[in-house]
Amino acid sequence: MALTDHRPLQPPLDVSDLAGNRRRRRREGRIRRFFLAAALSSLVISALIVGSLAIEAGRFLLSVDPAALWTTGWFPREGFFDIKTLLVATLIVTSVAMVVAGPIGFATAVYLSEYAGARTRRILKPVLETLAGVPSVVLGFFALTWISPHIVQGIRPAAPLSNLASAGLGVAVLTIPLVASVSEDAMSSVPRALREASAGLGARRMTTSLRVVFPAAVSGLVAAAILATSRAIGETMVVLIAGGADQAQFTASPFQPSLTMTAAMASLAGGSDAVVGQGNAYQSLFFVGMLLFLITLGLNIVANRIVRRVRQKY
Amino acid sequence: MTVETDPAVATDGAAAPDAPRLVLDARDLNVYYGEFMAVRNVHVAVPRNEIVAMIGPSGCGKSTVLRCFNRMNELIDGCRVTGEVRYHGVDLYDRQVDAVEVRRRIGMVFQKPNPFPKSIYDNIVFGPRIAGVAKSEFDGIVESSLRKAALWDEVKDRLKSSALGLSGGQQQRLCIARAVATNPDVLLMDEPCSALDPIATGKIEDLMHEIKAEYTIVIVTHNMQQAARVSDRTAFFTVEVNSDSDRRTGVLVEYDDTEKIFSNPSDSRTENYVTGRFG
Repeated sequence: MALTDHRPLQPPLDVSDLAGNRRRRRREGRIRRFFLAAALSSLVISALIVGSLAIEAGRFLLSVDPAALWTTGWFPREGFFDIKTLLVATLIVTSVAMVVAGPIGFATAVYLSEYAGARTRRILKPVLETLAGVPSVVLGFFALTWISPHIVQGIRPAAPLSNLASAGLGVAVLTIPLVASVSEDAMSSVPRALREASAGLGARRMTTSLRVVFPAAVSGLVAAAILATSRAIGETMVVLIAGGADQAQFTASPFQPSLTMTAAMASLAGGSDAVVGQGNAYQSLFFVGMLLFLITLGLNIVANRIVRRVRQKY
Repeated sequence: MTVETDPAVATDGAAAPDAPRLVLDARDLNVYYGEFMAVRNVHVAVPRNEIVAMIGPSGCGKSTVLRCFNRMNELIDGCRVTGEVRYHGVDLYDRQVDAVEVRRRIGMVFQKPNPFPKSIYDNIVFGPRIAGVAKSEFDGIVESSLRKAALWDEVKDRLKSSALGLSGGQQQRLCIARAVATNPDVLLMDEPCSALDPIATGKIEDLMHEIKAEYTIVIVTHNMQQAARVSDRTAFFTVEVNSDSDRRTGVLVEYDDTEKIFSNPSDSRTENYVTGRFG
């Protein structure tokens, strides 16, 4: 039957007259299953990761001497697995990074979304995106050779060249574009009508940004902060290079070198000698990985709660 | 809250018969978007406590002109205004004038109801709050504003619930209440009923008649019956298409008493439009 020829059907109609093309309908089913498989793959991969992490982490916890988890320093080949060294170092790096990247990132987003004209935005946004594309290895060396001597040692001259603050600032440089671009998207999608309503009531731009745009965009802003925090916690190269990965002693000072969770994993895995077979060193990798995963998961859950509570739907 | 008109601008017609009655006075007003002239050579004078309607076909620039009256056009990239708009004699486009100060005196109600995604209460006190009004006055302001907008009885038991739970007509009355809460001198209404059903529209028109005693109102409308029903004066705009560039520029055709515009207009274009033969 010609494609456009719909007329010759005569009344009483049979179901088969309207059945259409069977082969096409079957193909539509296959297409649907293909996309479903693609969507499921990330689920399967996540499950595999968690599974492999959990098994080895479990083995580690069963065989390790609990006292070794709370000693001094992280020296897995020698049987010292002081987890608080890694946790505190990670906390310091992440805090430094977020304290710097949060305000700068949000302020950038406010400027781009509320103040900048179309032309400024056309220039600034690509620059921002370029910064986001700088490889973290490069930033690691920038943190070690520029940020540390010029900024950190400027504040605290006694600080060694490798220190957690420099690593944190390096990570901040990495996360500023992330915070800025995610929150700018969230703020730009707040309807123009709300800004006009606010301006019409005699609000200045800053008032509109803080009292109208921010509350309406809050889910996106929280998402930006959480994404950036996850990124900061998971960042490896910068902290490995600039944080002083060879100094695995416990420290609570940002001006001292130490080892974050990610740097610990990378330095174990990247060592010139094989890790396998040295006591629990290999398994400890998975244990740290499991902890990292749980922290990130926890962050996401908390973030979802916050967003649901404070969200203003428009 | 008692509504008092600003003593600097309030002059009771009877007490001071020779005081200028003009609240807004646009002269030689041209508006450009970039290089393109959107509205040309508009003269509209708005007397105190009157309702002025601006009508005309789509694209004739009536909303653009309205937005010149409280400098809302500035929020649009590339928009430029020449000529002058005098507000009680002061040119709003003078370099010393702060647009924010202007908008606190000249409130605006928009085409689509645009309540903030906050509670009814917080919507109303938004303006007073940013203007630094004491918190202790908020309750009074909320009640009086909602009463003026004929919404109080419908929402008084749920002031803390979201404004987005209201119907379209209620939302628009809330927006009017919100504008009134800042105690403005003039209300600009940009097609305030175009998203509403006839019943809600009727309520808003009644409302305009009631608050006219306290405010001066300029309304843009697509609905000629509405202009005829509510306004004292009517400005009719139309579009001129430049045959060379195909650019469309809004022009003011006629501005007169509403009765005259609808019964005996001077310009044939006005007559064609109001009798439904064009546009």
